[in-house]
Amino acid sequence: MNCDEARLLLNASVDGELDAVQSLTIEAHLRSCAICRSVCDGYQRLHTEIQSRGQYFEAPEDLEARIHNKIGAVKRDRTGHATADRPRFFSSRFVALAAAAAALIVLTVLVTSVLRRPFTASELVAHEVVAGHVRSLMAGHLMDVPSSDQHTVKPWFNGKLDFAPRVKDLAGEGFPLLGGRLDYLDGRPVAALLYKRHQHTINLFEWPTQERAKPQSFAINGYNVLRWTQGGMAYWAVSDLNDAELAIFMREQRK
Amino acid sequence: MQRKGSLEQFENTALPYLNAAYNLARWLTQNPHDAEDVVQESYLRALRSFDSFRAGCDARAWLLTIVRNTCFTWLRQNRPACVAAEFDENIHDAPENWCNPETVLLEKADSKLLNDEIAALPYEYREVLILREFEGLSYKQVAQVVGVPLGTVMSRLARARRNLQRRLCGAQTEAQA
Repeated sequence: MNCDEARLLLNASVDGELDAVQSLTIEAHLRSCAICRSVCDGYQRLHTEIQSRGQYFEAPEDLEARIHNKIGAVKRDRTGHATADRPRFFSSRFVALAAAAAALIVLTVLVTSVLRRPFTASELVAHEVVAGHVRSLMAGHLMDVPSSDQHTVKPWFNGKLDFAPRVKDLAGEGFPLLGGRLDYLDGRPVAALLYKRHQHTINLFEWPTQERAKPQSFAINGYNVLRWTQGGMAYWAVSDLNDAELAIFMREQRK
Repeated sequence: MQRKGSLEQFENTALPYLNAAYNLARWLTQNPHDAEDVVQESYLRALRSFDSFRAGCDARAWLLTIVRNTCFTWLRQNRPACVAAEFDENIHDAPENWCNPETVLLEKADSKLLNDEIAALPYEYREVLILREFEGLSYKQVAQVVGVPLGTVMSRLARARRNLQRRLCGAQTEAQA
């Protein structure tokens, strides 16, 4: 491989888009050519720089609601009088308002009760989950088995846990799997799976449970925590990622 | 006419990618209000073509394709100067060795400079860069969204980065002078 050929492939190499043979060829060339190596370093540095300092614009909070309303309006137009025939209190706007009012009341009740009572069991676990997440980042002990391949990560837990964790790779959905780790939570050994979203790390803890609970979210010390149960397993996702994107993560996991 | 339930299905399919849609529109229109308009219009278009979307297909790439096309139409109507009718890659290309990458002190480039220079890239470079770097799309997905062959994605991305490096390098040289 000469320099011209190598330059064509350098970007694809930085992007991880080369097949094994091409990767080996380019690595061999880079070892022997200092100029191409420095060009490659430059791209790599630029890539890292954009990942860490590039501005990701998140949608304004009310945009989803506005789109939802517009879509609803299209539906009303299309179904014509079918909707108009129904009593007015059942219009989607009324229902939305009523739901918002109800949510506000529930929230007020919750907030006032939270101020008074000690932590519930699930809040205690949520704190443990956050502590586990922070510890994994602090100690630099994110993974025992670094691999983006679910078929490598899943068997790794064999013999280390008394259950077989479900391991999903969500690279296609923008949450690449980084690997797995053993952890200890809620008084038992659990599986911890690592995912990435932009520059954020997500810890997904997983262990068997008898409980069947609705998804629940917590915000603790700036971390967002989401818990849900599915197929006899308790799942706890924790990250400094915003709650909307963490909710997408949960939705993808539950599919 | 939409069947009952398909609207909910549409929302479940398309709304999870709202941030991706907005980020792309925001980078391409360069303005928050225009981005919101474009995103809303994109979702309505997506709803109209939802019948042709097959479950199990790549919903994010499908939606981003619509956002990208809506942006392009919108810019052509409202900011024709931003989308030059004929894009000549050779004019916008930067010579490889314009500056030695070793001397590009990127660690010193502040976020504002970096983002300003990304914003200043020609439209065709900016879109592939945003899709690749911010959304992490594969070359194949980028090719699908932008509607160009894989080889064009590769060359545009390479030129986008070279261009960006040159701009950052130039800005830093000026700052040091």
